[in-house]
Amino acid sequence: MLGVATLVFFLLHLVPGDPVDALLGEMAMPADREALRAALHLDDPILTQYGNYLVGLGSGNWGESLVDHRQVLERIVERVPATAELAAVSLILAVMIALPLGYWAARHAGHKEDVAAMGFSLIGVSIPNFWLGPVLMLIFAVGLGWVPVSGMDQPGSIILPAVTLGTALAAVLSRMARSSWLEAMSTDATRTARAFGISERRIWWRHAARLAAVPIVTMFALQLGAVLGGAVITETVFDWPGLGLLTIEAIQRRDYPLVQGCVLVIASFYVLANLLADLLGLWLDPRQRHV
Amino acid sequence: MSESTRNMVVICLLFPLLVLIAAGLSGLDGHAVDLDAVLSGSGSTHLLGTDALGRDVLARLSEGLQLSLMVGIIVVLFGSMVGIAIGMLAGWMGGWVDALLMRFTDVVLSFPGILLAIALAAMLGPGVENLMMALIAVGWVGFARLSRAQVLSFKSVPFVEAAVANGSGVPYIAIRHLLPNIAAPLLVEASFGLASVIIGEAGLSFLGVGVQPPDASLGTMIREGTRLMLVSPSLVIWPGLILFSLVMAVNLLGDALRDKLDVRMEIT
Repeated sequence: MLGVATLVFFLLHLVPGDPVDALLGEMAMPADREALRAALHLDDPILTQYGNYLVGLGSGNWGESLVDHRQVLERIVERVPATAELAAVSLILAVMIALPLGYWAARHAGHKEDVAAMGFSLIGVSIPNFWLGPVLMLIFAVGLGWVPVSGMDQPGSIILPAVTLGTALAAVLSRMARSSWLEAMSTDATRTARAFGISERRIWWRHAARLAAVPIVTMFALQLGAVLGGAVITETVFDWPGLGLLTIEAIQRRDYPLVQGCVLVIASFYVLANLLADLLGLWLDPRQRHV
Repeated sequence: MSESTRNMVVICLLFPLLVLIAAGLSGLDGHAVDLDAVLSGSGSTHLLGTDALGRDVLARLSEGLQLSLMVGIIVVLFGSMVGIAIGMLAGWMGGWVDALLMRFTDVVLSFPGILLAIALAAMLGPGVENLMMALIAVGWVGFARLSRAQVLSFKSVPFVEAAVANGSGVPYIAIRHLLPNIAAPLLVEASFGLASVIIGEAGLSFLGVGVQPPDASLGTMIREGTRLMLVSPSLVIWPGLILFSLVMAVNLLGDALRDKLDVRMEIT
């Protein structure tokens, strides 16, 4: 986490481009530039700025937005629920599509059902969400009028953003589900179960499913983090007032403290999701504990 | 490559190829503004119509497509060079060099790639060069992890040990003995990387931190098309369809390459 905080800090402070130029424009008076530079503590040595940044992070003082002068942490906290809601619905949707599809493809491996399921998966991986969103909007909101175009105030407004965000997740998870199930079906455990005369249905759902669960659950936990990256674009497309949209707005307004805070929160969540994936893997598969 | 995969690749590549050929034949300039032909539909002069400034959509699609391919190839080329060099160094040297390089790699990997690229591109400022730098800064890590894992598995095989005992230098061993043996998984990684970079470039341009007007990118065209989709839906459909076809073809080729080379994309 310290590494993430450090990278976020140096990313925003060492890359070319002066925040003062960005805020005041290159034609600003030198006196105004110096005043703003002092107010933002940009004239302090970089290590002093870094130290102050870490102390601020630890004490809950993440600075204030350059645009509306509200506390960065406060602005982030008020946007988290919208992103959490979108991420949760997208993930549920993705799992509901991916598991049956992966199972169906594995049961019919090598046949046309498998080709169709994996074709869907390939389309899901290849379709850019910043295009899928507008196309869905055009068909279901503008054309058919079934759902609202954007925002989150009206009933059903989460459907299109969730489908847009969930499609790529469903594609990745269904591929993983198929390959994990197939791999589980070729193990000694399932071969032995078959030799004992246990029914195919029971082998697929009781024995192989348990073995296949390890990589699927691990991948799911990894997708928890990945979904936040996708949310940045999806929220922008649908004007969904979450953390992703706040990040893009902060970047467009060159609101550096807010950008810093948003990127840190998203990256921290991403790290936690990766940690969760590792822990779940250890919990589900005791063999990993001895590696 | 199976026959069905080959057919799919041909179908997917057909759209982008047709755009390039038709735009080349029409000879129209994608930057030429014609205010008398604003948002005109398909016609004999403008095959796919015009945008809000009367510019030919087909010519702009061709320009955007070429830019996507150029950015994709350059980013994958440089990203792979950086990543392979770092990964091979870490794997070969081991010890603190390995620990240091891999912890740095872990930190970069701890960011959602698209978020890091957006932040970097925004901080560097708009423009194609900065966009490519941002994508390279994100794209090298996969190659580094993969090449390190591969070097670790080849480091102690007899022919490499024989080269070391023979007094061969590290660069010679790396280029002559290691690279040819670890090339297959890296090639597969590069093919999937190309698809990610093409989507990444368009995504960043869509968000306004990549290619800037009047230059055309498939991402900026989708953004402009989204604003006008109630009036002229084709402005958002065409660039997305071309982008999707291109990415799908690259992904299919990546899948086929992986199956052909019998590569398991595992990183230890």
